Amino acid sequence: MLDAEFFRRWMTATAAAVDREATRLTELDSPIGDADHGSNLRRGFTAVATVLEKEAPGTPGAVLVLAGRQLISTVGGASGPLYGTLLRRTGKELGDAPEVSAEQLAAALRAGVEAVTKLGGAVPGDKTMVDALDPAVAALATSFSAAARAAAAGAEATVPLIARKGRASYLGERSIGHQDPGATSSALLIAALAEAAGEDGAGA
Amino acid sequence: MKMLINVAETVVADALRGMAAAHPELTVDVENRVIVRRDAPVADKVGLVSGGGSGHEPLHGGFVGRGMLSAACPGEVFTSPVPDQMVRAAAAVDSGQGVLFIVKNYTGDVMNFDMAAELAEDEGIQVAKVLVNDDVAVTDSLYTAGRRGTGATLFVEKLAGAAAEEGMPLERVEAIARQVNENSRSFGVALSACSTPAKGSPTFDLPAGQLELGIGIHGEPGRERRAMMTSGEIAEFAVDAILDDMRPNNPVLLLVNGMGATPLLELYGFHAEVTRVLAARDIAVARVLVGNYVTSLDMAGASVTLCQIDEELLRLWDAPVRTPALRWGI
Repeated sequence: MLDAEFFRRWMTATAAAVDREATRLTELDSPIGDADHGSNLRRGFTAVATVLEKEAPGTPGAVLVLAGRQLISTVGGASGPLYGTLLRRTGKELGDAPEVSAEQLAAALRAGVEAVTKLGGAVPGDKTMVDALDPAVAALATSFSAAARAAAAGAEATVPLIARKGRASYLGERSIGHQDPGATSSALLIAALAEAAGEDGAGA
Repeated sequence: MKMLINVAETVVADALRGMAAAHPELTVDVENRVIVRRDAPVADKVGLVSGGGSGHEPLHGGFVGRGMLSAACPGEVFTSPVPDQMVRAAAAVDSGQGVLFIVKNYTGDVMNFDMAAELAEDEGIQVAKVLVNDDVAVTDSLYTAGRRGTGATLFVEKLAGAAAEEGMPLERVEAIARQVNENSRSFGVALSACSTPAKGSPTFDLPAGQLELGIGIHGEPGRERRAMMTSGEIAEFAVDAILDDMRPNNPVLLLVNGMGATPLLELYGFHAEVTRVLAARDIAVARVLVGNYVTSLDMAGASVTLCQIDEELLRLWDAPVRTPALRWGI
């Protein structure tokens, strides 16, 4: 069973991964975006780690709801509402149980990804974070590390796609050949989940 | 790339401290990132709140003041502000007559303003929203996030701001803002990419001897790259791109806007060419604005915006305005 401490570890591991990979995320965001994805997410997840330490919410759901709210209040752009909604909705699905099973988390994360899809209007193949999250949720039934591998593969598979959503979409066919920064950061989030579970995250 | 900054992380806060020091007629909340007219809320007046990523100065903070915006919310560089900022701004300017959010059509801006509108309404503030999407360079709206908000933002903020200052109710101010946006079109070109403080180097690679046609205002590349053209050729390309999309029957407001790093010497030369092309296409120009108003950091280049107007919009354009970046009649 997964307790609040597990979810705090997940968020802390995400903050560390985003901090480590911030430069790369910003580099990916340069040719097809506006060169700020890494710095924006770093600001957000650093704030998440700080507020979780300060307020120490006692349930898995409360950890994710607080993390999501903090992202919405600190990130801005599209990433703030999208990642904020992902975590908030996932957290709300988990309710106020002190511990949840991996199956419950998988179902909640599915609801979170659906909320992201609804908010952003993206479907798989649009070259967005959904391309990493959607296969990750499907693979979560197998294991955390399988989800991490699926997310990383999903992010890499965005390279040949044409962007249909967000700022990269203005480039049309010129967005082909670049890995999507949002899918890449989503893969970091899922890799951090595997890391929190003590499984090999398999990188992004 | 050398920049006149301390560190990248404090660029926005440093600029806000400077705004506060330069403009005592504004209340600048550096910590919460909200710029408000000092006399807000003005009794019986609709409030106008806009905002967006920083890096487009003087948009939006430079347009706060009598006859234009009530408040502006600056985000990080090229990143939309967060809902907390808009809610705070709305609360500061609402006189009970409601607040109009003026939102440039970018995925992040739309999401954050939508969330803010819900939160503000929860606090009992009546909110209306107008999207600005004037950029004709985005032709494939079905498979993109839609047309971007660029130069027309200035027209919407000025004309809706004048309407609010006259005491018009929220629904009327909103209708005018919508009318201005629907009657405005823009097209921009870049001669160089811009450098964000976070990255410190150009956001895309534009080789010498080439220009980028159909750019946005976030350092994102445009849709097409060509061998460098003359000012006259660029003027013809930009004006015709607009006229292909909207053929004005009435006189227009004309904004010839610098992207940040193009000298006014070049911009006025470009304006002469735009004026020549418009005359050749039988477009009557009622009023003109030339300068750096909706910028993209240190990008070199320019954009052209036309807004088709009627007598009421012309009166609202001529109405007094007193802001850091736009000021006449007072």
